[in-house]
Amino acid sequence: MEAREQQRPSAGLAGLLAEFASAEAVRAAASALRNAGWTRWDVHSPFPVHGIESAMGLRRSGLPWLVLAAALAGVLLATGMQLWTNGIDYPMIISGKPLLSLPTSVPIMFELAVLLAALAAFGGALVLGGLPLFGHPAFSSLRFRRATTDGFFVFLSADDPRFDPAAAQTLLQSAGAVSVEPLQLDASGRQPPSAVYWALATTVVLALLPPVLVTWYRAGPKPNPRIHLIQDMDFQEKYLPQGSSPLFADGRAMRPPAPGTIAQGALDADEHLYAGKVAGQWATRFPVPPTAAIMERGKARYAIFCAPCHGLVGEGGASGITSARAVKRREPNWVLPLSLHTPTVREQPVGQLFHTITHGVRTMPAHGAQIPAEDRWAIVLYVRALQRSQNATLDDVPEAVRPRLRP
Amino acid sequence: MNPMSTLAIASEDNTGNDPRRRAPLVIGPQTDVTVTESVCRVPEQVSTPRAWYVALLVSMGLTAVFFGTIVYLITTGIGVLGNNRPVMWAFPIVNFVFWIGIGHAGTLISAILFLFRQQWRTAINRAAEAMTIFAVVCALIFPGIHLGRIWLAYWMAPYPNQMSLWPNFRSPLMWDVFAVNTYFLVSAMFWYLGMIPDLATLRDRAKTRLRQIAYGLLSLGWSGSARQWQVYQQAYLLLAALATPLVVSVHSVVSTDFAVAQLPGWHTTIFPPYFVAGAIFSGFAMVVTLMVPARAYFGLKHLVTIRHLDNVNKIMLATSCIVAYSYAMELFIAWYSGNSHERFVHLNRAFGPYAWTYWLMVACNVLLPQLFWLKRCRTTPWMMFLIAAAVNVGMWLERFVIIVVSLSRDYLPANWAMYYPTIVDVLMLLGSFGLFFTLFLLFCRYLPMVAIWEVKHVLPREEVHHGGP
Repeated sequence: MEAREQQRPSAGLAGLLAEFASAEAVRAAASALRNAGWTRWDVHSPFPVHGIESAMGLRRSGLPWLVLAAALAGVLLATGMQLWTNGIDYPMIISGKPLLSLPTSVPIMFELAVLLAALAAFGGALVLGGLPLFGHPAFSSLRFRRATTDGFFVFLSADDPRFDPAAAQTLLQSAGAVSVEPLQLDASGRQPPSAVYWALATTVVLALLPPVLVTWYRAGPKPNPRIHLIQDMDFQEKYLPQGSSPLFADGRAMRPPAPGTIAQGALDADEHLYAGKVAGQWATRFPVPPTAAIMERGKARYAIFCAPCHGLVGEGGASGITSARAVKRREPNWVLPLSLHTPTVREQPVGQLFHTITHGVRTMPAHGAQIPAEDRWAIVLYVRALQRSQNATLDDVPEAVRPRLRP
Repeated sequence: MNPMSTLAIASEDNTGNDPRRRAPLVIGPQTDVTVTESVCRVPEQVSTPRAWYVALLVSMGLTAVFFGTIVYLITTGIGVLGNNRPVMWAFPIVNFVFWIGIGHAGTLISAILFLFRQQWRTAINRAAEAMTIFAVVCALIFPGIHLGRIWLAYWMAPYPNQMSLWPNFRSPLMWDVFAVNTYFLVSAMFWYLGMIPDLATLRDRAKTRLRQIAYGLLSLGWSGSARQWQVYQQAYLLLAALATPLVVSVHSVVSTDFAVAQLPGWHTTIFPPYFVAGAIFSGFAMVVTLMVPARAYFGLKHLVTIRHLDNVNKIMLATSCIVAYSYAMELFIAWYSGNSHERFVHLNRAFGPYAWTYWLMVACNVLLPQLFWLKRCRTTPWMMFLIAAAVNVGMWLERFVIIVVSLSRDYLPANWAMYYPTIVDVLMLLGSFGLFFTLFLLFCRYLPMVAIWEVKHVLPREEVHHGGP
């Protein structure tokens, strides 16, 4: 930059601005300037002058290639996004179509191609056209304001290596310039005023305030309930349990049951059958006879209610389909179900197993409401059979079958 | 005549079709200066005419009603609308399709006519593109508020989330999200890019510091250099080439919202071309509705000439015939297919409880535009204004017939119910017009309504054209 300053014959001269009478005149002048070998100059006109590119010797820009690349990127992005999200990461079967179905991806492939290509065309036009441009030496000329109405100008920059004010003036005038005006470099240095930067900085800071306030308010404990902006259906006009109501003399919204009401399960007096207990201790015997029919029943119920988590053999871990899926998807909060063959479970009395099925334990939900008591006992029976199958010794195998066992 | 239209206008008729003489695209002896002058005088006038204020006040009042009803809808719930089983898509979707259709004429004029080198487009393309953008703004609001829980609209974006879910890209509704947003962005870029040189004109003519700064920022420092023009024209051509297939795709995608569903009256393959033709039809009607008063009021009769309006009306006539063909073909296929549900739906449209909407639609979209076969109707502003206004009504009714009437009586007679809009529905429709006209009035007042540099480009010049590259 400094070297260029020194080259300048007249310090502070930005260049020469020549006005021409018509589009033809400026086109002819452009040819003359080009033939004379000048390089740092441009034509300014209110509309694109016909044939000016060839007169100036401008080469076509690479914008079409940029746009083509952006369009192809859009197609690739859309294809990858749709195939990966709906076909691989979360396979979604819609109307029995294949997971990697191309036809349904076409609309979005097309739209994204157009969008990215248009962004490239728009951005490319600005960047290749040198926009946004804060200042230009010609802007200091009042005459140049007609360049966007009806004026045709050539600006010859002092940066040109062959720049010589006198020779340039002669050349421009001989090319048919109506007037030639020397323009000085802008003393302010073509920079936006500092107020612009201050205004931008202030806007950014002010724009950051709301998110900061929201974050500050949402973080940490608060004595009062937080602002509940999105209500959804979280607060409804209804009485909640233990609420009060002025309608009734006792002031309660909940009504006590009518006298003589019997609660569900209150008639289940058989403690062994319904609670799995005998005299307050876990039952060690079954309240139903352990027949083959009940074993079959238990096997079927087990497959329906227990196997999804514990697996068909009861080994827990990821053997059930729910756990297998959770492990595959790396669910962070998933607790793997226990194996039914661990000593802790095997040593539990049948009454305790029954109680666990009825009321659940830890993350296992209660199944008492879903499975009748007799079926729960059937499941316990089947679980016992499973446990025995997984911890069997040679003594458990009947004599007649033993020869068929392989070591 | 208001004080702005003081330019002497030669009452020259340029609607003739003498093949020996190319009809002028502007009337009177126009130069670069007079063109600039007559377009720029509107944004540059010191005292704004009272009528503009009155129009703006009315539009802004309706806009306030629009946003007021939206706030009411969001705070109260979707039940304030008349939508109910089985008509779950009612006014909001009718309005959405109506507004998105309006936009299509703008893109057609600016992009397709540009590619076909129809130079008469230069006088109306700017206003038509502005109309496109404002219509798409109105259109984008309706599906949003129709969601019910608008604050969850971001679920439509494909972003990795803790629900481990992705949008279903096989749903036409997702295609719609991409198509309509792409359309809005591309139209806005096309419009703004086309306006940069004219904003620079306004910047260079600015008398006050505020205008200089405002138009200076908007024009991005445009200096009209040959290098800028070269890349600018390339980009403009590329954007036109991109917008052309886009405009056809957008309403096709909108039509698949319906055509992919299994509902009788929706599930037809004719929908994409039928919707695109209807969209262009309604859009051109809106162009006439806006430009006939605007050219008279803002003194632009010599730039937006009768010949322009004549051409627009011819396109309306052509698209009206395509729409009429589509109506006829729908009926024919309903009969020819032998599908009793299809037959029932079309009989129900014509003779059911909503029959008046069907016949009013036919009258507005098929019968009235046939008047455009007469040259007198094509070239008389008040006649074309009335016909275009009727087409606007008719095209809105067309979407009502397709959406509401089909939904109200589907496969299960036990499920049938009539749909009636609530006052909120009606106010939202009126309010969206308020928003549209507010934006359009602001555009007319502060931005160049005609593409100045493009009109200069097509001015008759006594010059020898050298061969370009």
